[in-house]
Amino acid sequence: MSNAVKAVKEPLFHIEKRASLPAWKAWAIRGGALLVALVVSCILSGLFLGGNPFAFFSSVFSGAFGTSTRINTLLKELSLLLCVSLAVVPAFKMKFWNLGANGQILAGCIATTACMIYLNGVVPPAVLYILMFVSAILAGAIWAVIPAIFKAIWNTNESLFTLMMNYIAEGLVAFFLTLWATDGSGTLNPIKDAMLPKIGGEDFILPLIVAIVLTAAMYIYMRFTKHGYEISVVGESENTAKYVGINVKKVVIRTLIVSGALCGLVGCLLSGAINGNISTSMHDGMGFTAIMVAWLAKFNPAIMAVMAFVVIFVERGAAFASRQMGVTNSAFPSIVTGIIFFFVIACEFFIEYKLKFRSKKKGGNE
Amino acid sequence: MEKTVALEMRKVSKYFGEVIANKDVDLTVYQGEILAILGENGSGKTTLMNMIAGIYYPDEGQVFVRGEEVLIRSPHDAFAQGIGMIHQHFKLVDVFTAAQNIVLGVNDGKKYKLSDINARVQEIADKYGFHIDPKKKIYEMSVSEKQTVEIVKVLYRGADILILDEPTAVLTPQETQKLFAVLKKMKEDGKSIIIITHKLHEVLSVSDRVAVLRKGEYIGSVETKGATELSLTEMMVGRKVELNIERSEPKDVKDRLVVTGLHCKNRDGVEMLNDVSFVARSGEILGVAGIAGSGQRELLEAIAGLQHLESGEILYHDPVSEQEVNLRDKTPLQIRELGVRLSFVPEDRLGMGLVGNMDIVDNMMLRSYRKGKSFFVDRKKPQTLAETIIEELEVATPGVHTPVRRLSGGNVQKVLVGREIAASPKVLMAAYPVRGLDINSSYTIYNLLNKQKENGVAVIFVGEDLDVLIDLCDRILVIGGGRVTGVVDARTTTKEEIGLLMTKSDSIGEIKAEEQTEGAENE
Repeated sequence: MSNAVKAVKEPLFHIEKRASLPAWKAWAIRGGALLVALVVSCILSGLFLGGNPFAFFSSVFSGAFGTSTRINTLLKELSLLLCVSLAVVPAFKMKFWNLGANGQILAGCIATTACMIYLNGVVPPAVLYILMFVSAILAGAIWAVIPAIFKAIWNTNESLFTLMMNYIAEGLVAFFLTLWATDGSGTLNPIKDAMLPKIGGEDFILPLIVAIVLTAAMYIYMRFTKHGYEISVVGESENTAKYVGINVKKVVIRTLIVSGALCGLVGCLLSGAINGNISTSMHDGMGFTAIMVAWLAKFNPAIMAVMAFVVIFVERGAAFASRQMGVTNSAFPSIVTGIIFFFVIACEFFIEYKLKFRSKKKGGNE
Repeated sequence: MEKTVALEMRKVSKYFGEVIANKDVDLTVYQGEILAILGENGSGKTTLMNMIAGIYYPDEGQVFVRGEEVLIRSPHDAFAQGIGMIHQHFKLVDVFTAAQNIVLGVNDGKKYKLSDINARVQEIADKYGFHIDPKKKIYEMSVSEKQTVEIVKVLYRGADILILDEPTAVLTPQETQKLFAVLKKMKEDGKSIIIITHKLHEVLSVSDRVAVLRKGEYIGSVETKGATELSLTEMMVGRKVELNIERSEPKDVKDRLVVTGLHCKNRDGVEMLNDVSFVARSGEILGVAGIAGSGQRELLEAIAGLQHLESGEILYHDPVSEQEVNLRDKTPLQIRELGVRLSFVPEDRLGMGLVGNMDIVDNMMLRSYRKGKSFFVDRKKPQTLAETIIEELEVATPGVHTPVRRLSGGNVQKVLVGREIAASPKVLMAAYPVRGLDINSSYTIYNLLNKQKENGVAVIFVGEDLDVLIDLCDRILVIGGGRVTGVVDARTTTKEEIGLLMTKSDSIGEIKAEEQTEGAENE
């Protein structure tokens, strides 16, 4: 046979599935990936921005932790992102691809701001605070339950539906802004006297407390309750769920109420505790970043806290470092963030598989 | 007779993580022979063949084709060496004709002219005695016709080493005989045929030589002439085994489940059950035989409350309250709340009966987690149940918290059957409960079903191996094309009788008549 196969050598490498790795090794690989990513980012910063690559490295850290204000901001953003990540967990665990967390957050923002505008001074502050929370939670839940009902009854595609709901929510925010911002500027001044009280005078403490409580609660909800169990079964196999008599429609709707309610709660924190107003971009894209955090952590709330930290650390550190290097646009920090996520996600491949290279010695041939 | 080596494997190994799929396998295939590869499930038969067919790449070892070392890195390389594999699951485009499927992916630089191809296909078919219509579309074909297309596809590419992975699993006894006749003709033509199977009587009737694998290792090969079912089983399992099913006489037989006039359609509006009526009795095993996809699945799912019925009734006679309950249009939850003790081992174990990513404990509580008013789940009782089942049914698992998808097929099935029996059912339905199980696990399951029967449970057993159905059941319900084509006494019936009943539905009946006239012409 005179075809090409005859002369070929063994391929340079082939891929083999790994035996299960001990947990510490897997984490060492992940940590290593983060480190390599930072080094690559430094080299790039040296190439593109000039200057000392190691200066970039250290200013990433100082940007994240340099001053107490920076630490506070880091903790605040970390808490908010973690809350949103926890909110998307039940839906994603059920394989309901909720891409509408942004819209659900905005729904919560609208409800909170409406309370602040119309009820400030009308009801006692304590009642106002409770109403802000309750209305935000309800608004978020409603925003999430609409696609859930359509999914449950008519099996519509939830990804598209929730995504579209984001645009409607943004449109609604714009509408209310023209209604509420009477000066015609399109931006609303913070309603300082209606805001939730700042615990310890800092605005990161309330979100932090909420995040800690939610992390524990979500862990318990998903692991130890009948609801959590049903969510896992529906997510793993709808056929199994039907076979054991789980009412899949009910579970879908109930779970999205939980998911949306938590997003609404984040909206309440954003409008009521941190900004005191509302804007169309107040969600800051957290609804999408949260999905990444949840996936990277494989839906484990404790690991999600770590992942949320990594994400916020990278974003804030890279942005600060770029500013230090005299870059004013957001392109370079975005590149750095992209590189780091690429490495962190790609390293999962090396945890699952290993490359086996062609062995040097050519055995047993004539 | 002088034998030429067609294919040789030397010290071939393949690992999947910690799992050794094949270890140092040496295998020789001669020209013009039918070699049967025999082994229990998980013994590495399919993996080994996939390495010859270019699906997997061996981690160690060498492959020689006609005396020359070759590297097979893709199915394309395999075809270049004249090796073709017919997989268990067909890979055909439904809306194409037979000839279009056969020529798909052939890149020989020639112009594509359908009439020529049709003629070539017909030529190959005539040479070996296939019945094939090159212009027929795949979606109009029966399973056996599709298989024919797959085989011709491989021959069209000039393969002279053919690998067939469990080709008879989907065929009736009559179709199997036809396939074997074709294989023998190909052998006479000098082709080498490797056939993977675990049906021993087929090995004995068709092959020239048998190679046995056990736990990924090559045990040896024997001439089929001198082998018996028992000697091959011992090679396969590695020790002496008893291949007897103890069938007791039914005791205290009463009607438990009376099904009348079931009609049901699938999502596309195709009628899957057509006027199905039967009675399942306590203390008896009722077998259900039929070609795959004849409505077995719909029948069991209808009883379990998972299938919408157009018409018909399912009456359950409650042995405790002496009352009759109609199960029609009830959800599984409602059925349970009515006090109906119905257990169901579905065909799709990890897709329906169990949740693959959950551990054994969590799978135990699938049926029972709702008990009690608490918001939280109770994992204590399921844990005890899991431990009991692991001990009593000898489930090989690292622990109760191992995800069930990591267990082997037999152990998965033990977990599922164990759970369903633990609910102390009055009716136990099992669909293909031994599919993919090794011999030992299969007999464990048969014994469990027998014990349930002795305890007065009405057992409904959907099976594919007619020998087993005849040995295990008391009565056998045969369905074809969604209709009941007969109910026979398992103690007096024959495989041939069931085989004929299986194909007795209207449309297939016509094909049979056609074949008979053709046969007459040949004589």
